[in-house]
Amino acid sequence: MRRLAGVEDEEKWLAEGIAGIQHTAFFMHRALDANNLREVLKYSALMLSELRTSKLSPQKYYDLYMRAFDELRQLEVFFKDESRHGLPVVDLYELVQHAGNILPRMYLLCTVGSVYIKSKQAPSKDVLKDLVEMCRGVQHPIRGLFLRSYLAQVSRDKLPEIGSEYEGDANTVMDAVEFVLQNFTEMNKLWVRIQHQGPGTVREKQEKERNELRDLVGKNLHVLGQIEGVDLEMYKETVLPRVLEQVVNCKDELAQYYLMECIIQVFPDEYHLQTLETLLAACTQLMVGGLSDLSVLPLTILPTVDTKIVLTQLMDRLSNYAASSPDVLHEFLQVEAFAKLSNAIGKVIDTQIEMPIVGAMTLFVSLLTFTLRVHPDRLDYVDQILGACVVKLSSVPKLEDARAMKQVVALLSAPLEKYNDIVTALTLSNYPRVMDHLDDGTNKVMAMLIIQSIMKNNSCISTADKVEVLFELIKGLIKDLDGTDTEELDEEDFQEEQNSVARLIHMLDNEEPEEMLKIICVVRKHLMTGGTRRLPFTVPPLVFSALRLVRQLDSQGGDITGEEVSATPRKIFQILNQTIEVLSSVPCPELALRLYLQCAEAASDCDLEPAAYEFFTQAFILYEEEIADSKAQVTAIHLIIGTLQRINVFGVENRDTLTHKATGYSARLLKKPDQCRAVYACSHLFWVDDIDGIKDGERALLCLRRALRIANAAQQMSNATRGSSGPVTLFVEILNKYIYFYEKGNPHITPSDIQSLIELINTEMQSDDNGNRRTHSDPFFTSTLRYIRFQKQKGGLIGDKYDLIKL
Amino acid sequence: MNYLLGAFKPACNISITFSDGKNRKQVPMKKENGQTALVPLFQSQETLSGKVCVEPYQGKKVEHNGVKVELLGQIEMYFDRGNFYDFTSLVRELDVPGDIYDRKTYPFEFPTVEMPYETYNGVNVRLRYVLKLTVTRGYAGSIVEYQEFMVRNYAPPPPINNSIKMEVGIEDCLHIEFEYNKSKYHLKDVILGKIYFLLVRIKMKNMDLEIRRRESTGAGANTHVETETLGKFELMDGTPVRGESIPVRLFLAPYDLTPTHRNINNKFSVKYYLNLVLVDEEDRRYFKQQEITLYRLKEDASS
Repeated sequence: MRRLAGVEDEEKWLAEGIAGIQHTAFFMHRALDANNLREVLKYSALMLSELRTSKLSPQKYYDLYMRAFDELRQLEVFFKDESRHGLPVVDLYELVQHAGNILPRMYLLCTVGSVYIKSKQAPSKDVLKDLVEMCRGVQHPIRGLFLRSYLAQVSRDKLPEIGSEYEGDANTVMDAVEFVLQNFTEMNKLWVRIQHQGPGTVREKQEKERNELRDLVGKNLHVLGQIEGVDLEMYKETVLPRVLEQVVNCKDELAQYYLMECIIQVFPDEYHLQTLETLLAACTQLMVGGLSDLSVLPLTILPTVDTKIVLTQLMDRLSNYAASSPDVLHEFLQVEAFAKLSNAIGKVIDTQIEMPIVGAMTLFVSLLTFTLRVHPDRLDYVDQILGACVVKLSSVPKLEDARAMKQVVALLSAPLEKYNDIVTALTLSNYPRVMDHLDDGTNKVMAMLIIQSIMKNNSCISTADKVEVLFELIKGLIKDLDGTDTEELDEEDFQEEQNSVARLIHMLDNEEPEEMLKIICVVRKHLMTGGTRRLPFTVPPLVFSALRLVRQLDSQGGDITGEEVSATPRKIFQILNQTIEVLSSVPCPELALRLYLQCAEAASDCDLEPAAYEFFTQAFILYEEEIADSKAQVTAIHLIIGTLQRINVFGVENRDTLTHKATGYSARLLKKPDQCRAVYACSHLFWVDDIDGIKDGERALLCLRRALRIANAAQQMSNATRGSSGPVTLFVEILNKYIYFYEKGNPHITPSDIQSLIELINTEMQSDDNGNRRTHSDPFFTSTLRYIRFQKQKGGLIGDKYDLIKL
Repeated sequence: MNYLLGAFKPACNISITFSDGKNRKQVPMKKENGQTALVPLFQSQETLSGKVCVEPYQGKKVEHNGVKVELLGQIEMYFDRGNFYDFTSLVRELDVPGDIYDRKTYPFEFPTVEMPYETYNGVNVRLRYVLKLTVTRGYAGSIVEYQEFMVRNYAPPPPINNSIKMEVGIEDCLHIEFEYNKSKYHLKDVILGKIYFLLVRIKMKNMDLEIRRRESTGAGANTHVETETLGKFELMDGTPVRGESIPVRLFLAPYDLTPTHRNINNKFSVKYYLNLVLVDEEDRRYFKQQEITLYRLKEDASS
């Protein structure tokens, strides 16, 4: 009837019930004051009769129960005091059983029973046993639950546990356990039974109500967990099997889930560990029990106990336990915790076909966390888990569930965090196979995580095999995966990703050149698949990495120990050449040019003239064919000049060709000032201030003169177009070059050359603004002059030289 | 008649006292007017002795044709009210005819009286024991005084006392097996037992155990049967599931019970039954009645 009633009615009924209790409690109090036992019993029974209602929901019933509970406390005080009622407690124990209605009778019996135990006139175990047995009479789920919870409450401090005053002689802790277990079993049965009441239409409401009641049942487990003296042996032999038997047999999802949770939370970790097998066996049975009822409940959703949550919690607890102290780790080994857990999870996943993939993944994550904490040294375990994960993932179509994806990422990240070292993860054969099941976006995220891990820990990947695996892992970043729409990518993210890859390349290192070369080859192989957008980011670090190797080889004296040795600079340069070539076709000519020059310089350091020459050739070709922008040309030519100047490996012929080329290109730049500057820079190509550097003073002077001419032309052009000749900066710059070469002892530079140039500049400056004398001179020029004067004053060899210059 | 009697004051004051009256146990007995009075308690084979005191009022004399005391065991049927059937009648002549002027005391004694039946006060029948003192007079009418007493007979615990065990039910609906630990209980006994639910397909509200008394009077065509429910004791609240067993513990002490009486003097019988009643949610009742034998066990001196 209650099911159809509204909330209002329920309020009304509750109010009536409370009023009833208050009314009879009034008479009961009067009888208590008068110490009239007969009246007390009469009115207390009457009061408790209010609890016989079937009209209230659990929550409201609880309100009512609490009212009665308060009154029962006073009753207990009365019962305790024999002088007030004049009856031995044993007689009282019989007397209250005369009550005709079972519910009031049982409440009174429990109350007197607690007094009886307290009086120690009877062994507590006998009284407890009697009480828990007699409570069977109340089979109504809600009333029964509350009654038994009352029993649990009044008996809590009277259990014959170890250290309790009720323990000893015939009363052992076993009796306490037995009592709580029995009460628990009965309460659980009542609790489970609620769902069988009423029609299926109110199932949802029932579930809600049951949820409200679950703590009453769980309380028993808490008590069990707190009983002093339940040692491992007893837990293993009695407590756990009994509790689990009840859990498994009740075949009720809500109960199974909740109770397993309770078990895991309530009992100590070391007990779980020692009884892992039993516990896990129960876990795997949870579902199987539920399925047999399918025929009876055809319209309801499949009963699915969330085994994964239960298992997850268990593993989390155990992981934390393992983490709490290293002393306990050997226990884990002793009981083969991993094998057991792993088996159980496998079983659960196999049997629960309808479990969503995210569930399975969550389980794997937990198991992995557990393994990492407990067996950090057992990589095979980790790999085993990943392997199982792969199997599961392969059995389903492409992963699309975002939550599952998240779990997989967590799964993959865990070993990285644990070992702080990707190297370890790389030895896991199943690791990349798991990654294959991620979607592209997630794959990238994961790849980034891996890279970040490497960066954070500064770990160095030192073998080609590992590099191979690593690049396999991060291939989401290395190349476009099928079906990825590049348009969608955020440019910033992309750059960030590629920069990470670039940084990663620097982390690949091996002292052993052979291996290092292999690494480079592997990296190159992967990078080449990256496509035009990635290469500009990834090639430079590869090139520099290779150059580092080259220099390393060079510094080792280049002593080639055997013919078979493949790691020769020559070989590397070949590879480099090919690599950079790709870049030039990307197209990214400026970058390619720079890299060529770098290579050329390195080749020069290794005395590999042909290679260096080849690189220069490539650079010039690029310059000619690809670099069209005038600004870029200026930069490029300066780079070329600078590099060429430092290279000393070339023979005369090659050098001439190259310098000639460079000078020629310099003179053909678009803007006059650019031309001028490039040309005077070229002068350095003929005069290298080294001991064995080339010292062709004449050609250097020729360059300067040419530069001067160009500067003149620039001046005139500027006059013609703008009416002003502009600054004299170019002249001053050339003057500085003159002074440099003069100082360095170029015999073709004479003091008169310098003097005339200074004069020229002075004239230019005066005519600068059409007769108006300039009030301030050019600061660059001024400081140049000051330098000359300074050198004169300094005297010595250099000073003598400068003395020749007349200002 | 009343006002006439009132006109004549009683000629004397009569009292009957038992010799061990001070020590003898007194028990409450319900009188016809509904009040209870304490009366002495005897059992079969006991000797009833005492004194009868006849004390004429001041200045009066009592002429009589003899004084006698009778011990009567009577059965009274309510449908035949006023007619007593004496199953026991013992007489002691105390005095020969004469006059009593002064207070006069007569001792009497009924040694080892056979009182096979217990005092019983039922719905349709009453069994009582009484001492009747008669001062026989001619014209003025005899002076009669009654002193009731109660008889209870004790039985030893029965040598054979089997439990009651039975499986009952309604096909495909409800199967239960109940068990009471004995078939014979003494009056302060406690009934222990269990109800096993073997099959439950109905929704139950509760289960009660009733104690019923069946009193049959008369014989043949005139038999009257009266059944009373003396107590209703709730055993279970709600619906159990299959396999559940519900404990029974019923203390008989609080109920007003007598021993089972079988065919007392061919006049009446009193039998007791335990009636197990299951009430379903539609208030239908399913029950099974089972006779139990009650007997009176010799109580301790203290109780």
